[in-house]
Amino acid sequence: MTEEEKAIQFQQRIDAGEKIEPRDWMPDDYKQTLFRQISQHAHSEIIGMQPEGNWLLRAPSLRAKKILMAKIQDEAGHGLYLYSAAETFGIDRTEMIAMLHSGKAKYSSIFNYPALTWADMGAIGWLVDGAAIVNQTMLAKCSYGPYARAMVRICKEEGFHQRQGYEIIANMSAGTREQKEMAQDALNRWWEPSLMMFGPHDADSPHTHNSMKWKIKVESNDTLRQRFIDRTVEQAHHIGLTIPDKNLKYNKETMHWETSPINWDEFWNVVKGNGPCNHQRLNHHKKYHQEGQWVRDCARAFEEKLKSESAAIKSN
Amino acid sequence: MNTKEALINYSLRLADNSMIAAQRLAEWNSCGPYLEEDIALSNMALDFFGQAETMYEYAAQLSNNNSTADMLAFRRNERQYLNCLLVEQPNGDFAFTMMKQFLYSAFAKYLYEALSASNDETLKGFAERSLKEVKYHFRHSSEWLIRFGNGTEESLTRAQYALDELWRYTDDLFCMNQIDEELISTGISVSSDTIAAKWNFTVKETLQAANLIIPEKFNVIKGGYNGIHSEHLGHLLCEMQYLQRAYPDAKW
Ligand SMILES: [Fe+2]
Ligand SMILES: [Fe+2]
Repeated sequence: MTEEEKAIQFQQRIDAGEKIEPRDWMPDDYKQTLFRQISQHAHSEIIGMQPEGNWLLRAPSLRAKKILMAKIQDEAGHGLYLYSAAETFGIDRTEMIAMLHSGKAKYSSIFNYPALTWADMGAIGWLVDGAAIVNQTMLAKCSYGPYARAMVRICKEEGFHQRQGYEIIANMSAGTREQKEMAQDALNRWWEPSLMMFGPHDADSPHTHNSMKWKIKVESNDTLRQRFIDRTVEQAHHIGLTIPDKNLKYNKETMHWETSPINWDEFWNVVKGNGPCNHQRLNHHKKYHQEGQWVRDCARAFEEKLKSESAAIKSN
Repeated sequence: MNTKEALINYSLRLADNSMIAAQRLAEWNSCGPYLEEDIALSNMALDFFGQAETMYEYAAQLSNNNSTADMLAFRRNERQYLNCLLVEQPNGDFAFTMMKQFLYSAFAKYLYEALSASNDETLKGFAERSLKEVKYHFRHSSEWLIRFGNGTEESLTRAQYALDELWRYTDDLFCMNQIDEELISTGISVSSDTIAAKWNFTVKETLQAANLIIPEKFNVIKGGYNGIHSEHLGHLLCEMQYLQRAYPDAKW
C-alpha cells in the first residue's frame, strides 16, 4: 500500500469513529500533534500542582487540608497517566521533562498566575478544573485510544475537583465580609484567564482544522468556551458573586451569555513566557528535578547491583 | 490528674505526632525526586492527617467544652503542642526525610501494636486502623534506607549524615511522664520500655542492612511530650495556623 492509500484508509477509520492504537499506522502530523498535545497536557497537570501547593500548608481546617492534598495528589496521578499515554509515541518521561525545561514543550498558561489567597483554592477548583472538565469531556471522545482512555479516567476525578473548589468559594461568599471580599477578588482575577484556557478563537487557532479532521478535537474552542461561560455565570450568580465583565448579558434568542472580547495580547504574552509566574513555575520544577538527581542515581545504582548479584548467583 | 485528663492529654500527643508528621510530609508536595514518590509522600501525609483528625476529635469529645478537632489543631500554641521532637525537625534532603520517617514509623508501629490491646475502645480502634498505615510507612522508608546504603557513595553519605543528626531525638520518643503513669496503671496505654526494646532491635537490623552506623556520641534532647520543643515547631505552626489565627471569626 502506498503512503497515500494508507492516509486515505486512516481517514476512513477516523470518519467511521474507530480508535487509533499505538501500533496502527498514522500520519506523521497526527503523531506529532498528539505527542505535543498529550505531553503538554501532562506537564500542565504537574505544573498545576504548584499554585495549589502554595496553600497546602496553610489550609484552614483539617477537612480542607485533606481535600486539597487529595486533589493535588490526583493531579500528580493525571500527570502519570498522561506521561504514559505520551510515551506510546516512543519518547520517555525523562526526555519530555528535558523538553519542558528547555522551553520546547509548554504547559497551560493558566498556571502562570499566582494563587494569592485561600479563595484562590476555590477559584482554581471551580474555574480551572471546571474549564478542564469541559475540555476533557470532549477529549474523552478523541480518536487516539490511549489519550481517550486517560481522559475517561481523569474526568471522573475532575468532577470532585470542581465541586470542592465551588464549595470553598461558596462558603467564603456566605462568610464574613473579609471572606466575601476574598472570594470576589479571586473570581475577578481568575475569570478571564480561565476563558483563555480554551485557546484562541477558531479562526486564529493554527491547529484547529487538522485536529478536527482527525477527531483529536471534536468541538471547537469557541463552542467549548461558550459552554463553560453559560455554566459558570449561573454558578457565580447562585452564590451572589459578580462576573467581572460590564458587558455580560444574556441573549434570549441564542440562550447564551455574551461576554466582552478577550484580551488576546495578554494571552500571547503569557504563552511567550512573560506571565507573572512563568519563570517561578519552571524554576521550581528544574530545581527539584535537579535536587532529586542523586536519588534517581542511587535507585539506578542499587537496581544494577541487585541485577549483577542475581546474575552472579545464577552463574554459580 | 484524673484518668480523663490524662486521656485527653495522651490523645493530643498522638494527634500532634501525626499532625506535625503530616505537615512536614506535605512540604514535599511537587518537590519529590520522582512523580511516583510525590504521590507516595502525599499518601503518607494523608494517612497522618486522618490519624490526627481521629485523635483530635476524640480529645475534643472527651473535653466536652465545645472544643472541636479544628480548634485543637489550629488554635493551640507551641507550648501546648505535645508531639515528639523527631517529627517537627525540618525535612532536609530526601535522605533526611526518609530517615525521620523510618525512625518515627518504627516507633509508631510498635506503639500502635501495643495500643491495639488498650482497654479504651476508641484508642484500640484507632491503633488497629492506623497500624496498617504505619507498617506501610515503615516498609517504604526502610526500603529507601537500604537503597541509600547500597546505592552510591553520595546516597550513603547523605543517609549517614541524617542518622547522625536525628539520632539525638530518638530517646524523646520513649519518654514517659505522669500521663503515662496514670494511663498505664489503668490499662489504657502501655509502658514505653517494651516498645523501646522492639524498636531498638528492628531499627538496628535495618540500619545494618543499610550500612549505616549509629553515632557513638550524641547529645540527647527530650521534652516534646511536656511541650518543650525545638525552635522549629513555632514556625511550622505559624504557617499552619495562619488563616485560623488571622480570621478567628471565619468558618471555612
Ligand atoms: Fe487534572
Ligand atoms: Fe483537576
